[in-house]
Amino acid sequence: MHSSQNEQDNRYYSQLGNIPMLEPTTPQEAKEMVKYGFELSEKLELPVLVRTTTRVNHARGVVTFGELEEPDDKGHFEKDPARFVAVPQNSVKNHPILLERMERAEGITEGSEFTYSIEVENPELHVISSGAGFNYIMEAKEEYDLPISILKLGMTNPLPVKEIKDHIQGATRVLIVEELEPFLEERVEALAKEVNPELEIYGKKSGHFSRLYEYNPDRIKAALAELIDFEDETESLRPEEYDLPSRPPSLCAGCPHRATYHAVKEALGDREGVFSSDIGCYTLGVQDPLNTADILLCMGSSVGAAGGFSKNTDQQVFAFLGDSTFFHSGLAPLVSGVYNDHDFVYVIMDNRTTAMTGHQPHPGTGKTGMGDPAPMLSIEELAKGAGVEFVETVDPYDIEETIDVFERAIEHDGISVVIPKHPCALIEQREVNWEPYQVNQEECRQCHICTNKFGCIALVREGEKVIIDETQCVGCGQCAQVCPFDAIEQEGKE
Amino acid sequence: MKRVDLEIVGVGGQGILTSSQVLGAAALEKGLDVYMSEVHGMAQRGGVVVTTVKIGDEVHSPLIGKGDADVILGFEPVETYRAVEQASEKTWIVTNTQPIVPFTVSVGNKEYPSIDDEILPSMEKTTDRLVALNAEALAKEAGAAITQNIVMLGALSATEVLPLTKDEMMKAVENQVPDKFIDMNLKAFRKGFDKAKELMDSK
Repeated sequence: MHSSQNEQDNRYYSQLGNIPMLEPTTPQEAKEMVKYGFELSEKLELPVLVRTTTRVNHARGVVTFGELEEPDDKGHFEKDPARFVAVPQNSVKNHPILLERMERAEGITEGSEFTYSIEVENPELHVISSGAGFNYIMEAKEEYDLPISILKLGMTNPLPVKEIKDHIQGATRVLIVEELEPFLEERVEALAKEVNPELEIYGKKSGHFSRLYEYNPDRIKAALAELIDFEDETESLRPEEYDLPSRPPSLCAGCPHRATYHAVKEALGDREGVFSSDIGCYTLGVQDPLNTADILLCMGSSVGAAGGFSKNTDQQVFAFLGDSTFFHSGLAPLVSGVYNDHDFVYVIMDNRTTAMTGHQPHPGTGKTGMGDPAPMLSIEELAKGAGVEFVETVDPYDIEETIDVFERAIEHDGISVVIPKHPCALIEQREVNWEPYQVNQEECRQCHICTNKFGCIALVREGEKVIIDETQCVGCGQCAQVCPFDAIEQEGKE
Repeated sequence: MKRVDLEIVGVGGQGILTSSQVLGAAALEKGLDVYMSEVHGMAQRGGVVVTTVKIGDEVHSPLIGKGDADVILGFEPVETYRAVEQASEKTWIVTNTQPIVPFTVSVGNKEYPSIDDEILPSMEKTTDRLVALNAEALAKEAGAAITQNIVMLGALSATEVLPLTKDEMMKAVENQVPDKFIDMNLKAFRKGFDKAKELMDSK
């Protein structure tokens, strides 16, 4: 899973901010640590960081629940400006208090229930590990009965310095198993100088592990095989290597975003557009054949970036973001854009939900996160309230009408807000049961506009022929509008 | 018991996460430890989905090393083939033969390989433990294409590689699918089971 620009190691934030940190290895431990994290936070009067990586988050396992306590959800704010108002006269007194709290945390991390060691007699190798990497080292140890002693760390800021020193004191070689940066490795190096200067330390600096990507059983076994007498004898099947077609994620069949993108490109014609995209399903416009995402940084960035482009280039600029993202972070840059005289087409692709993450409600849906009724905020009214003169809503399933709106939006000087509004196909398909479409092979001229410009995943090329995969087709009829020869028809209709 | 490691692969929308959960629930019901992981892209539909399910007395990690899978359960033939490096000659490969052609083929960049001439013979050459069936067709016979994930579970059950009986699996299906679809899904399960048995017996 690599959906961020970098794989930042958040453990450094805990040091930077003097924040106690817990690192779970399994779903069960994640549950225990979150509960404990709240208790620790109350005790130390500090925030607590529970730091996870990919294979802690995207894992499921057996979790045993404890007793659910009665929630105490009504508080009373006790005024204490000396503590809560960060003006210089208070801050100067709060820093020593913060350091004193972290000293108390040092006492807590030693002997933490989440830190433990798994010892063998006369180990050939010592291991220090935290996070998801620990799971693979444990698995290898059990599977191959490896002579290794492991110190598993649970609270990693502050580190249990005494326990680490005890673990490495009599050791000759230690392997540090941690995903991403050599955070533990560098601390162990420093501690070894005090208690065991001869200790050989293996990890990232020795080249046994990489700073890249998540760990897995193979990477752990490869590192172990270089250090102890052990061989992984499994032979992987390696039949012929075919050049398999890749299968990147794509917009669903029937997705209204596809029609919106198609309409934008038709409205532009031969003119070049700059497409500033955002975080949501619509980012998938980046794929062939739509290619309607040129730049993306983070949530809300589409609008600010579009404003910058419009000020400093003569290109026609578009910002694409969804309804949910608009409410989250599209309003402030809209206000800034109107105020600073930006000129671009601001496309708010309203599919009535937060689709990519699994259809959560948002302030425009009339429901709270808990499913209770809520005021339904209007995107149109918000845009008008910010001073936008061109605000138009259109159903993207009507492709001709949508092209017309975009043609006028491009002509308009200043920010023009276009709201293509149609429910997410996955939600609409729960309510409707449309017949799939078919390609009439007698009418089809094999121009491939449907596959090469529009690109719905239900349109399948068989040589020069195009057919519609009826299992995938939802019967939305967008492709029938795109076909210049009226060769795409719904079953039973002329 | 020896741990059983399954890698389940296919395309978003095929019900892979649901089938993994059925397996997990069946294992849990039997008092076994189970550890699962999932990799799905940012799309709701259409992209590659890979899940792992590891069942045993005590399972330490959720991922499977190369060649270490006991089962590859493939919902789409090209995706099954992509996952073959997780298999050894001891691995059971249970695959759907119905292709879902990715858009990279339809926009004309790539060719979809031949299932009958390339993919299946290539796998047959390296393992005897191959069960290839058209789960989508069987699912339609059972009532709806959407039950193909349960057809696949039925076929998997027939290999007897899992520490779970046919009845235990069917009980888990019953518990995991909505009430009004139980009969259709159990029918789908039996169709997958019977077809796999038939294929294995004819070898």
